[in-house]
Amino acid sequence: MNKILIYLLVLLVLPAMLLAACQPAAQTPAAPTAGGTDSGRCGDRSKLAKEIYLYNWTEYLDPDLKVKFEEECGVTVIETNFDSNESLLATLQAGGAEYDVIVPSDYMVQILIAEGYVMKLDYSVITNIKNMEALNVNQYFDPEQEYTVPWFWGTSGFAVDTSVVKEYTNSWSMLFDPNSPYCGKISMLKDERETIGAALMYLGYSINDTDPAHLEQAKTLLIEQSKCVKAYDSETNDDLIITGEIVLSHMWTGDALLASDPDTGGRADIAYVIPKEGCTIWQDNMAVPTTAPNAYTAMVFINYMQYPEIAAQNAVFVGYASPNKAAKAFIDPEMLANQGVYPPPEVEKTLQWIQDVGDALGLYDRIWTEFLAAVGS
Amino acid sequence: MLNFFRGNKKRQLFGLISPGALWILLFFNLPLLIMLFISFAERGRTGGIASPVVYTLENYKQFFNACVSQYAGPQCDPFLYLGIFGSSVRIAFVVTFFCILAGYPLAYFMARQKPLWRDTLMLLVIIPFWTNFLVRTYALKTVMSGEGLINTILMNLGLISAPLEMMFNEFGVIVGLVYGYLPFAVLPMYTSVEKFDHSLMEAAADLGAPPSRAFWRVMLPMTMPGVIAALVLVFVPVVGAFITPDIMGGGKVEMIGTLINRQFGVARNWPFGSAMSLILMVLVLLGVIYYFRSSSEETRRAM
Repeated sequence: MNKILIYLLVLLVLPAMLLAACQPAAQTPAAPTAGGTDSGRCGDRSKLAKEIYLYNWTEYLDPDLKVKFEEECGVTVIETNFDSNESLLATLQAGGAEYDVIVPSDYMVQILIAEGYVMKLDYSVITNIKNMEALNVNQYFDPEQEYTVPWFWGTSGFAVDTSVVKEYTNSWSMLFDPNSPYCGKISMLKDERETIGAALMYLGYSINDTDPAHLEQAKTLLIEQSKCVKAYDSETNDDLIITGEIVLSHMWTGDALLASDPDTGGRADIAYVIPKEGCTIWQDNMAVPTTAPNAYTAMVFINYMQYPEIAAQNAVFVGYASPNKAAKAFIDPEMLANQGVYPPPEVEKTLQWIQDVGDALGLYDRIWTEFLAAVGS
Repeated sequence: MLNFFRGNKKRQLFGLISPGALWILLFFNLPLLIMLFISFAERGRTGGIASPVVYTLENYKQFFNACVSQYAGPQCDPFLYLGIFGSSVRIAFVVTFFCILAGYPLAYFMARQKPLWRDTLMLLVIIPFWTNFLVRTYALKTVMSGEGLINTILMNLGLISAPLEMMFNEFGVIVGLVYGYLPFAVLPMYTSVEKFDHSLMEAAADLGAPPSRAFWRVMLPMTMPGVIAALVLVFVPVVGAFITPDIMGGGKVEMIGTLINRQFGVARNWPFGSAMSLILMVLVLLGVIYYFRSSSEETRRAM
């Protein structure tokens, strides 16, 4: 009998405790607008909503900045995360989700604009657009820079375990040389656009090439290379290089940064290289969905995040390259010196955007399937 | 409301069946119909299908003859997709074979224990199910990788000088799949073996059959339903597997599942993905039906 009572108590008390624990800490008076001097960074305060909904990649916004924005402007930022551009698109397509700010990558911006999911921005509010580097604005996905504000950008070069590979060059030949001394200790991304793209760039073609003959050449190169490739892996390639199973790894900047940072379980002797033949550049951007309930507040938020000190603080937190020129004065010079993250201008020129190739995507998938069938047999 | 059902057997039955039936209709049959529809459409630029809808048989034709596609290269292999399907079937047979080979003795051993032990062993077989499949596969990766548990132990014992290549190849995929699907083979065979009357084996021995003959002629035929259930339960999901080949194969082992999965991701070709899913379903169904028919005849003859 006693036992049953205890069970009942546990059943009753536990959810209550959980609920209590889950209560947002900021339930206490949110004290908007009132108090403090106006910083001038919050736009027209009378038009601000109490909260905005941000749909973001994980670890992409310093939580301290959310607090700061709330204290300064009286707007609570409620953040939800997504893990791929495709799931962001699916969320918008399904409708019903009322986000104020979303963070799509380059090619997805193009799709979202074409499908009418994002609205034109008001640059009388987002005045900080002037702080952006030329590299990061007016690109193919938003040529007039009407819909998006750059947030972070990076590349897909390769990581090198310098404790094993003492001598290396900034060329894709490190990965594609069939007589590589590191044969069998190489990994490539598992992504038909990125991996075929790397082969195309090594061969001197554009990453968006749709000439079947060029893609055929890229396929032959990839099949030859496959003898030396341990794995095609985009998710755990950072672990593979940290444990030493591979020493050369086609990788996204973000993973390379994690792999080389002892604070995140990485090793300082892992370097990241942007190949001279060309390399993918990607960029995540802030945008406002056409369905946003608080569009004005969303734009104030986007502008706020691009004030130099604020953008710098976030860039230090996230570790990716900031597109904000003015922010660089506030970023640790050591971080700026990392050429894998902030490449010099001559390297910037060689970077290539992966653009939507339209129906030719079918050709890419065909080439990729043929390549996989050849590798498997 | 309740009065509607009271005292009317037909209505009661209807009331009991309808929730489940509705569920299946809504969440299984309806999506299947949508898939069927999409499989006859053309690919949309951003995923989904092109609108206005153009009906085409292209997606099906392309699977059976990869050269009819507009993307076919000069040295096109008409069996590109069929070949991938073929190798998936081959892998699935190997996996099923090892699952049954390893599962049958285990099921036999379990069924012969005292009830308390039997339940404990059963629990041990089932417990891994409570962990997410993806997590288990990643765990297996840390055991089998070059710097993993097995290689580290063997290297430290001096049994091998270089790590064994157990992963990122077909071997790794097969081990991963056998590991993942073994319980599906053990459970139905256990049920059959447990029901088997072991005095029949004694009878066979009394009549002069050596143990191996008694097993092949008496026990195996009588527990065949369990073996066939195991075969179907393992074979069908393994043909379409995509997580294990992805993780354990290092992206180098292409199976029909990974191919289909890609059509709904980076390749953004839902119609071709839907067509292949349906073809896979029909071919597997035909295979299973054929197997059921032929094996039940065999079983009858054997008895």
